[in-house]
Amino acid sequence: MGNILEVQGVSKNFGSFTALNNVSISVPKGSIFGLLGPNGAGKTTLIRIINQITMPDSGHVFLDGEPLNPLHIKDIGYLPEERGLYKSMKVGEQALYLAQLKGLSHNEAKARLKYWFDRLDIGDWWHKKIQELSKGMAQKIQFVVTVLHQPKLLIFDEPFSGFDPINANLIKDEILKLREDGATVIFSTHRMESVEELCDEITLINKSNKILDGKLIDIKRQFKTNTFEVGISTKKQDVLEQELSEKFQVSSANFKSLGNELKLNIKLSDNDKPNDLLSFLCNHGEVSHFVELIPSVNDIFIQTIQNN
Amino acid sequence: MNHLRLIIKREYVTKVKNKSFIVMTILSPILMIGLFSLVAYLSQLNEEKERVISVLDESGMIQDVFKNGDHISYNILENMSLKDAEELVKQTESYGLLHIDKLNNVDSVSGHIKFYSEDSPSLSVISNLESKIEKRLENLKLQNKGVDIGMIEAAKTKINIVQESFEGEKTSKIDSVVKLVFGGLAGYLLFMFIIIYGNMIMRSVIEEKTSRIIEVIISSVKPIQLMLGKIIGTSLAGITQFVIWLIIGGSLLFVASAIFGIDMGHMQSPNQQMMQQAMENPEMNMQIQDVLAAFYHLPIANLIIAFIVFFICGYLLYSSLYAAIGAAVDNETDTQQFVLPVLMPLMLAVYIGFFTVIEDPHGTVSTVFSFIPFTSPVVMLMRIPFGVPIWQQILSLLILLGTFMLTVWFAAKIYRVGILMYGKKPTYKELIKWIKY
Repeated sequence: MGNILEVQGVSKNFGSFTALNNVSISVPKGSIFGLLGPNGAGKTTLIRIINQITMPDSGHVFLDGEPLNPLHIKDIGYLPEERGLYKSMKVGEQALYLAQLKGLSHNEAKARLKYWFDRLDIGDWWHKKIQELSKGMAQKIQFVVTVLHQPKLLIFDEPFSGFDPINANLIKDEILKLREDGATVIFSTHRMESVEELCDEITLINKSNKILDGKLIDIKRQFKTNTFEVGISTKKQDVLEQELSEKFQVSSANFKSLGNELKLNIKLSDNDKPNDLLSFLCNHGEVSHFVELIPSVNDIFIQTIQNN
Repeated sequence: MNHLRLIIKREYVTKVKNKSFIVMTILSPILMIGLFSLVAYLSQLNEEKERVISVLDESGMIQDVFKNGDHISYNILENMSLKDAEELVKQTESYGLLHIDKLNNVDSVSGHIKFYSEDSPSLSVISNLESKIEKRLENLKLQNKGVDIGMIEAAKTKINIVQESFEGEKTSKIDSVVKLVFGGLAGYLLFMFIIIYGNMIMRSVIEEKTSRIIEVIISSVKPIQLMLGKIIGTSLAGITQFVIWLIIGGSLLFVASAIFGIDMGHMQSPNQQMMQQAMENPEMNMQIQDVLAAFYHLPIANLIIAFIVFFICGYLLYSSLYAAIGAAVDNETDTQQFVLPVLMPLMLAVYIGFFTVIEDPHGTVSTVFSFIPFTSPVVMLMRIPFGVPIWQQILSLLILLGTFMLTVWFAAKIYRVGILMYGKKPTYKELIKWIKY
């Protein structure tokens, strides 16, 4: 498959402030790549470098194997976090203008816009001005404008902000569809649940350095603690809890259930097998709940940043 | 280049289609001409009123000079006391009463001539009366000394010194005036153009920042393309507006003067009355010919080329600064601090143009400031009608071009960084830092 985007050792300073320090990322073709980090970590600077808005002080960027050059502008679609449209311009004119700036011809742009407007059911907005539309409506237009020129690489910075849940879902489905059609997506957001849902790979940037990257599933494996969440009903709860804490690390758990069972988080050591725990529990009561605790992206994010 | 064309087109079309732009374009010449016509019409009304001035000349020496004119007629009173005359004037509601005491001696006039009226009389009426009386008394005095008035009239001479440069070019006083008008007009036009459309560019940059579209655009085009496109597009819209103003203004002026039958040069003031008197002179015809001649004497080709070149460079120089200011701030209220230093050299140029160039177009001050890049467009444009050596023009232009490129580079740097900065107003120190980014 290969990588659509290679960022190699990119650094960028603004005066005495270092925005990026020797950051490298590789984005595989066809993936959805999560670019994460706290505010001010340098994500936007990195995205701007990929978009050739800012030039790096050092390091190289390759798109599809070629060093980044102005011709690549038409291969990238960028939805910035700070986004907007000309308020007093009509929707249609504006979309045509922006599409033409991306290198589409007037007619081609018009045909594709028609397709997208029909698809999102916003055809009758063509002659409206942006200031007459609601924020969510304007965001839809903005999304269309970003993907209209069928770029190989899409960069979305907080794509769901300003959308209600229904429209957010709609956009999410469109993003997944674009990926199916062959596009690669870089996705920068603070909404960890959408990272969880969408991303194949993630990179975590903190204080201008990359501190974590890889396939999401590998990272989760790396962060898992062999902890199981357990719910068990027994007459002698105290005795069981006592017995368990002699063998494992045990803490009380909190999850929703219908009964009044004993709820525990049980951390296994590397030698312990989950099956042994389960059969032990089965011998001591009625097991209603047995789940391995997989670290959420949220947990990983907070844990990594705090340790850093 | 394709991008630049698109940007220019968008800037132009949105500007020209903008409602307030259209309203301003159509309304301002109508308002101006309307106001002008109103003033002219009103003053004409005022003038059309027939004024009757009663004259009681007890000396009998002066009353002969009061002949009825267009708007003033004289009612010569005789054989009555001042008191009766006053009563009569009040009853007949004439404009006023001129009273001349009984004089034994032409030398002792002062304090013996008075004008009585209900309200204070207009300046032009009084100066008119004064000049008539003065002339009469002068002649009387001369006659008393035994001088023949006819001889004096015959001895009057009119001199018009023929001015000629060493190259054999003829010039005249009228020439200087015509040159001044041309230079002043060119300089002032540039000044106005920079202020009006520079501000428009600045607002348009701020608009892109506040609407947050800038980053979307910048991911497609280079900031400098966007900046230049904006400047050029806005300027073209400006030129369109100027041309429409000229057309509407010109035709309205024509129509207005046809409808109201207003002679625009006819507004009442002592000065203009004198002009009018002069107009009736055959000499004036000569002067009109002189004006035409002076017009032909102007270095027309040089003037046009220099106007275009200096206008464009000067305008671009300033408008790129305006664009940089727009990029540096978030909203219009923050612009003041940065606009002032940009405006100052421009104002300086206009003042130098109107005070120093008029006095001495080739003096040290004028010459020096026609080389300093930020003042040179205006000052040089004002100097050129007086004939500036080509090498000076070229040198000044080269300096201007060099500064222009430096400024555009500098503005583009600020612009490039500024458009992506939100939230706080930068200091000058930060602006300097941005250049290094």
